[in-house]
Amino acid sequence: MARRETPEINAGSMADIAFLLLIFFLVTTTMNVDSGVSKKLSEKPPADYVPPIIKEKNIFEVNINRNNELLVEGERMDIKDLQEATITFIDNGGGEGKVEEGVATGPCNYCKGERSEKSSDHPNKAIISVQSDRLTEYGTYLAVQDQLLKAYRELRNRLSMEKYKTPFPELEEAYKKDKQNESLKKKVEDIKTSYPQIISDAEPTN
Amino acid sequence: MSKFRKKKKGMPAVNTAALPDIVFMLLFFFMVTTTMRETDLKIDNPRLPSASEVKKLEHKSLVSTIYIGKAKDLKYGSSFNRIQLNDKISTADEVPAFIINARSKVSEAEVPFMTTSIKADKESSVGTIIDIRLKLRDVNALKISYSASKTAD
Repeated sequence: MARRETPEINAGSMADIAFLLLIFFLVTTTMNVDSGVSKKLSEKPPADYVPPIIKEKNIFEVNINRNNELLVEGERMDIKDLQEATITFIDNGGGEGKVEEGVATGPCNYCKGERSEKSSDHPNKAIISVQSDRLTEYGTYLAVQDQLLKAYRELRNRLSMEKYKTPFPELEEAYKKDKQNESLKKKVEDIKTSYPQIISDAEPTN
Repeated sequence: MSKFRKKKKGMPAVNTAALPDIVFMLLFFFMVTTTMRETDLKIDNPRLPSASEVKKLEHKSLVSTIYIGKAKDLKYGSSFNRIQLNDKISTADEVPAFIINARSKVSEAEVPFMTTSIKADKESSVGTIIDIRLKLRDVNALKISYSASKTAD
């Protein structure tokens, strides 16, 4: 009796099946890289909390009304000009810095602003206050926050380039990878305390 | 030169034996990267605002997401201020319970690193966001992230 060979299994349709599955996963897949503007809320103040008295000139007031228009320091402004105005305000350096744990930070020696009497004393005293209407569109609100953060990023970057010859994001990235590195940590902290982000959200208007 | 004379031959068939391999490779790639949406969206997919100063959200398990936008179901009206927690439309008052529930799922050491991601439509109003923010502050969930898509500078 002739030995019959086992017939080969036809694998031609395997590709079809694989394609079908592939298309299924292609359709259902959602490549969502979650990214966003991160923010840290301030803690709830105790009931007997008295807000400190802050000089008018150290507050940069940004108002957004319900028609999504901007009022910055009492003047109308377009969103695209906000970054520049913010930089001018923070980087003014017109006076002494605040006293931290008994140590005076003195005048801002890295600021490149006009040192005007009428604007902020020191980046660590400069407060940005954003007040929006309850009916302001969220998109506008976030665009404003974005512009403010951009201003801080530019200032930090500039200082980092001057002091350490590296862009600030690179410095931060390097520190993230190497948390034990004390000198890197010091550099990052130094830049961050030189230009601390002080953005407060005022109670909304109705 | 006979050596270089072309031999008469028909068009060679393209070998498709490796095709299933390629397809399988792609298949596995998509199978691994796919994430089935855990919660059904009860609101229209929010049109996220765009910003340039965005940071990537790390540690997905520590992120709880609050959606804000227009409800799909017409009985909730057509405003862009409906809040979805887990898989139902809620109000800002239910946010603390939502956060506490999310906290119970992670170990205590990780609680300070928990982030609340707010995915709101760009036409939502700031008032809604502020209501939620106050509630979050009440339960000490201080790290938040306003979800936004990245734009170039």
